Amino acid sequence: MAGIDHAPPPFFKRGPAPLALLTFYILVSLAIFVVDLRMHSLDLLRQTVALFVDPVQRVAQTPGSLVDYARNYLEGMALLQKENDELRHAKLNTAPNLLRLEQLEAENERLRKLLDVKDREQASGQVAQILYTARDPFSRKVIVDKGQQAGITAGQPAIDEAGVVGQVTRVFPFSAEITLITDKDQAVPVQIVRTGQRSVVFGLGNGQMELRYLPANADVQVGDVLVTSGLDSVYLQGFPVAKVVNIERDSAYSFARIFGAPIAGVENFGEVMILNPREPLPAAPPAAKGRGDSTDKPGVRQKKKRTTKEN
Amino acid sequence: MQPTFSSSRILLPVSPWFIFLTLTIALLLNFLPTAHWPGVPDWIALVLCFWSVRESRRVGMGWAFVLGLLMDVADGAVLGQHCFAYVLLAYGASSLSRRLLWFPIAQQALHVLPLLLLTQAIQASMRMVTGSDFPGWGYFVGPFVASILWIPATYLLLLPQFRPVEQNPDRPI
Repeated sequence: MAGIDHAPPPFFKRGPAPLALLTFYILVSLAIFVVDLRMHSLDLLRQTVALFVDPVQRVAQTPGSLVDYARNYLEGMALLQKENDELRHAKLNTAPNLLRLEQLEAENERLRKLLDVKDREQASGQVAQILYTARDPFSRKVIVDKGQQAGITAGQPAIDEAGVVGQVTRVFPFSAEITLITDKDQAVPVQIVRTGQRSVVFGLGNGQMELRYLPANADVQVGDVLVTSGLDSVYLQGFPVAKVVNIERDSAYSFARIFGAPIAGVENFGEVMILNPREPLPAAPPAAKGRGDSTDKPGVRQKKKRTTKEN
Repeated sequence: MQPTFSSSRILLPVSPWFIFLTLTIALLLNFLPTAHWPGVPDWIALVLCFWSVRESRRVGMGWAFVLGLLMDVADGAVLGQHCFAYVLLAYGASSLSRRLLWFPIAQQALHVLPLLLLTQAIQASMRMVTGSDFPGWGYFVGPFVASILWIPATYLLLLPQFRPVEQNPDRPI
């Protein structure tokens, strides 16, 4: 009985129909596209695939880095000498400030204690080498050579010797992805050094940044330096982010269009410092009391309005 | 199989290992830091398209999906972006294969160009719909270069299948 079968023997077995396969694969890829974009819950899949892709990618990067190495090696003494001189000069220039920094820090700490203000957080972190730029032409990201093994977690800020470079957005076992501050809609809470005004600066995706939602008559000038305001529990206070390069004040709009250029060498290759996550903020005051207050006040105000209207 | 259907030259059967090797090399070429230069083609799209035309029973949408996933992770793109485009490319190429191989190689390249352009355009539109910036027209130069490269790629990828021209008359095949 086992030999009797109504299906034809599999002489020309070709699997499912192409159209059925196409529908299946398209549905699967659209599903993972939406899930990855909206729910960010496919990190495990990404990390697993990255485990296989990462070695191949490092092999592919070797020729380029060998060329770089050779060029550095052959650049010669003269350039190194010049660079050395420049560095020594720069060191001498900053010496007056740096030498007194330790004393200033101590003094600052003592004064803060006197004023009963919370201690200033110390910045610490680990240096990572930028391996390569992510190939995606739609975003601005770089890959560095430290990952989960080095204790990197998503959200840590990255700086270079001049200022903020970006933020760690994805962590793989042996590498991490840093989204640069110039990536489209990457936001950094900042403060204008000259006036102390707080705002948020957004990347534009073309290497520039924009300070949004400031009124057309805001006190901003070309050349103003923006530093991190430290209000987000991600970036420590006071790291330079951008310099204002262009302001368009058009009275037709309620906001000024303020453009800035990043201060750090955001598009350069080299080393970055990945800062450790900030200490958690103190617990928020009890919610119930605060909520009660806030709901009471508008209520009172409304009553007053009503009474005035009746009068 | 012949180089084109109108040719009388019969090719040796393809080795699955060679297909695997060429796809791996294409992956490596895609990972090279040259990817940022304008006009560098998407090597995987080219090789995948070639094998989908030639050997649509061996290389199809399954391979396209896996390679797309690898490219998504390597690029740091949204997962599914390359998968979607490559699966459509493989389907288009395999459904074109019967028609395509009747043409001389230069005209095959012309036929492949819209497919490769579509692959690129799908990826761009998928990302722009979700709020990314337009990557610039340089992004669409790659497919043109790739379709020119179709001609050397055909010879290169068929190289192990060619048999010597002078044959032993006692053994016709």
